[in-house]
Amino acid sequence: MSSEETSNIQVIPADKNKIKHIWKVAGILGLITTLEFIVAFTIPSGMLKLSIFVVMTIVKAAYIVGEFMHLKHESKTLMWSILLPMIFVVWMLIAFRYESWAILQARGW
Amino acid sequence: MSTATTEISSKTSIWNGGQSPFNASYGKLMMWFFLLSDAFTFSALLVTYGMVRYSHAAYDPSVHGAIVDNVFPFSQGYWPLPDFVFNSFPFAHQLGFDHAPLVFVGIMTFILIMSSVTMVLAVEAGHRMDKKAVEKWMLWTIIGGLTFLGCQAWEWNHFIHAGSSLSYNSYGPPDFAALFFFITGFHGTHVLSGVLLNFLIYYRTVTGMYEKRGHYEMVEKVGLYWHFVDLVWVFVFTFFYLI
Repeated sequence: MSSEETSNIQVIPADKNKIKHIWKVAGILGLITTLEFIVAFTIPSGMLKLSIFVVMTIVKAAYIVGEFMHLKHESKTLMWSILLPMIFVVWMLIAFRYESWAILQARGW
Repeated sequence: MSTATTEISSKTSIWNGGQSPFNASYGKLMMWFFLLSDAFTFSALLVTYGMVRYSHAAYDPSVHGAIVDNVFPFSQGYWPLPDFVFNSFPFAHQLGFDHAPLVFVGIMTFILIMSSVTMVLAVEAGHRMDKKAVEKWMLWTIIGGLTFLGCQAWEWNHFIHAGSSLSYNSYGPPDFAALFFFITGFHGTHVLSGVLLNFLIYYRTVTGMYEKRGHYEMVEKVGLYWHFVDLVWVFVFTFFYLI
């Protein structure tokens, strides 16, 4: 009886292209992390280094959210209702970065 | 009465029910909105780190003294360079090198990315109703998570033994250590609960619960959470360790 039940389940064979795509994204994430390492020890601290790191991090985040979490392939309204609220974080970052400058000035270091 | 209801439902209005907003199931949608709120929490922590860091003086070799033989002149008066704080590695001293900047945390990053990959493979196997493959990839994901937690335990242990706590820091301003414990600790707690959820999913896959249910959507929902934990680490790695 139980063997009859399990035989009802059809295991669909894996799609080679899908698996290849997953490993491709993994490769890109690994490659960017390696590049981040190289940048960390070759480019002197400053705006250029900071910008490179921010861009690389956003690219990595886009691959994780878009491909691994599948958000790129969900409905567009779902995608935007998750992404748009993150604008508040951008504002928070600007506001607090400005505040830190003001605190540093006030401390007079 | 019954004829009235059939008449209303025959006019297909979106308000009549039976529709999934955003073409996503209830559980998946709620997971997405939970993750959005969690993203705000982590953003607040990381932005706070930025604010506290830049309201302290930055290290300047011409004022504070140069780095000689990879020894950084640590002081509570200015923010240290993270590469000189996080430069230790298990057994590195015995192997003859004392300065391995960001190597350990880099390995931790790779471990977490890999466990994210095995999670995607588990979700993919679930779509194909392939119970054996779901079990295999869930197990790899759990192992990845536990390895990451082990690495973090080592790093915390090292940092505490070097003389840092929530109120004191031998590497620089006390806020630096406090934020280190807060941010990596809050992330580590997420990894821990992720591992527990992954284990629950693994257990229920093994017992055949999802096979009986006819779908593996729970793997997908917990998968979203696990990828989010990896995503947060990507940001922590950049903004705490690299910059």
